[in-house]
Amino acid sequence: MEGKEEKEKEKKKKKKNRIKMREQDPLARAKNFMEVPYGYKPEEAVGEAFRCLSCLKPTCRNGCPVSVDIPAFIKLIKEGKFIKAAWKIKEDNALPAVCGRVCPQEIQCESLCILGKKGEPVAIGNLERFVADYEAEKGEIQIPEIPGPSGRKVAIIGSGPGGLTCAAALIKSGHQVTLFEALHKPGGVLMYGIPEFRLPKVIVEREVEYIKKLGVEVVLNAVIGKLHTVDELLHDQGYDACFVCTGAGLPIFLGIPGENLNGVYSANEFLTRANLMKAYLFPEYDTPIKRGKKVAVFGGGNVAMDSARVALRLGAEKVYLTYRRSEAEMPARKAEVHHAHEEGIEFLLLTNPLRFIDDGKGNICGVECIKMELGEPDASGRKKPVPLKGSEFQIEIDVAIPALGTRANPLLTQTMSDVKLNKRGYIVAEEGTGMTSKTGVFAGGDIVTGSATVILAMGAGKKAANAINEYFKWKYW
Amino acid sequence: MFKILKKEELSDLVILFEIQAKDIARKAKAGNFFVLRIHEQGERIPLTIADFDREKGTITTVFQKVGKTTHQLSTLNEGNFILDVIGPLGMPSHIENFRKVACVGGGVGIAPIYPIARALKEAGNTVISIIGARMKNLIFWEDKMRSVSDELIITTDDGSYGRKAVVTVPLDEHLREEKDIELVYAIGPAIMMKFVCITTQKHNVKTIVSLNSIMIDATGMCGVCRVEVGGETKFACVDGPEFDGHKVDFDLLMSRQRMYIDEEKVAQERYKEKVEVK
Repeated sequence: MEGKEEKEKEKKKKKKNRIKMREQDPLARAKNFMEVPYGYKPEEAVGEAFRCLSCLKPTCRNGCPVSVDIPAFIKLIKEGKFIKAAWKIKEDNALPAVCGRVCPQEIQCESLCILGKKGEPVAIGNLERFVADYEAEKGEIQIPEIPGPSGRKVAIIGSGPGGLTCAAALIKSGHQVTLFEALHKPGGVLMYGIPEFRLPKVIVEREVEYIKKLGVEVVLNAVIGKLHTVDELLHDQGYDACFVCTGAGLPIFLGIPGENLNGVYSANEFLTRANLMKAYLFPEYDTPIKRGKKVAVFGGGNVAMDSARVALRLGAEKVYLTYRRSEAEMPARKAEVHHAHEEGIEFLLLTNPLRFIDDGKGNICGVECIKMELGEPDASGRKKPVPLKGSEFQIEIDVAIPALGTRANPLLTQTMSDVKLNKRGYIVAEEGTGMTSKTGVFAGGDIVTGSATVILAMGAGKKAANAINEYFKWKYW
Repeated sequence: MFKILKKEELSDLVILFEIQAKDIARKAKAGNFFVLRIHEQGERIPLTIADFDREKGTITTVFQKVGKTTHQLSTLNEGNFILDVIGPLGMPSHIENFRKVACVGGGVGIAPIYPIARALKEAGNTVISIIGARMKNLIFWEDKMRSVSDELIITTDDGSYGRKAVVTVPLDEHLREEKDIELVYAIGPAIMMKFVCITTQKHNVKTIVSLNSIMIDATGMCGVCRVEVGGETKFACVDGPEFDGHKVDFDLLMSRQRMYIDEEKVAQERYKEKVEVK
């Protein structure tokens, strides 16, 4: 009798815990740029899919900003129809291999999974990633049927996640879509920001290829605002609408002494060199990067985690992650914080930098910091860090990377005098449609909200595509 | 892909390319620059737009062979392609009738000073141009500069051509003797621009310089090109590259230019070895 009970218990426990994804060993992976998790095997994916209760009233879908039909695609995995499952996702999400990897599922779809109440929620992200990779590997990319040409032309400015999503949705409505990108590669933050070990660039290229196969024209090296203005696109080049999704690409510096010393990088610069320019392969690739021995990153978001982990992989002996609040307040994805710990990054919490120290030759050789304590909650609802008098200390570093977020880049908006901006330079756009103060111009993603997540930008792209379709129907502003 | 329509070797070290880039030519203005990447493994480097032809749809650039990328670029010929050409970037020069101006170009800086001198001349200014280099074979575009200047002074450090002097010597004389120059434009190596500014500050003549800091994207997203102007941090790629020279921290600029000196050497040596093996 007792034995049977034990077995039942074991079974229940198993059901509670998700199937873990196998990963590269932390010490080995800290020295390479290869992806950390290996992805599910088919039997693992099926096993995980069977944890899904197929709720009568599924709540998970409400947690997804692009409303992927999660129960439907998981059902297809249970039936072993992996490719059909991928197509099911692609009805709502053009970038499943990306989202499965970089979405903060713990605060989105998975946070609403009923299983999460008593155990671990279904690993929706892992499953999404599995079917997307499976489809790509088997080479069965399906191009959905596209309605005949509508005669409308849409210009999308910025080929990040929002622009790609909007382009995919509009092309499926039969419009002619051109995606303009300022850099020499499409993908925005997916290409220059998120490192290889978290999002391999071949995967981004693959998903962009899919969008091109749908019929979207991608124009690279086109800095809108300089090469063409939005007015020229609308009036001279025959575009009927524009979607501005240029992101918030202007780095914020700390504003402390010594910030212009050699060796102090904005996270944007550090990651652009490493990811877009492949400086980690210097001198095979021509772009150099400082391989610091002791590196300090400042910030607690995903960009800070990415920068710290890149620095480690470039051969740093010591990487400090300095954050002015405690770990509980860190905005980074939990999985990345965990990975950073595992790889040996040292967290200096409740710590704020005061000044960077000069070696006398224009290079950084250290940083002076101060300890903080958490006081009353501030406007954001988080406890405000307050400096602890007399707690100053110095650490030796040769590379510093402030990763404090970004602001609106004015390069394009300063050429759009008739589009209303808010005080901080972001475009004012109607929530739900992305309509701006200028007829025919829609906006979404970080250039409207300030720096947020990949999936939120994708949600904005999808909403704008719907709104542009409505606009073409009614021409009402 | 952007086709090289014309190549001209202005000296052993200085090369001119005319590149097919219709959209950029349509929008280019004096003071703008562009970024290029030669091939898939290449880096992005900024070069100035020294001329443009809107009818032909071309831009002209002049560069000096200094490191790996510029050496490799110089091996390309007419009919070859450059993978990426991005522009026009930066703020255009502020052109108006100041009455009398001086345009100072040092070394490869002669190229970008030319469209500015031309625009200033067209705006009705009297233009005094001073162009200088280390030696005779680094001087180019003498005729072009003469065609847009009311007076042209040439200097070389070693006296092999024109006056044996650095550009600041005739500039200083001019400012001392004829107090009618309202504005000085100076483009060249940072050290030259620094000394031009020291010279003009003595005479209290406003001076515009074009800063040549390290750049990657050149659209304002990374801040590698940051410079200090009047105690404030500015991004040369979007706020400049032209600034009030009297407010620029040139020592910081020069220090930041040296940031990758070791890596640049490694890249250059490896490239030389590869070329020699071939």
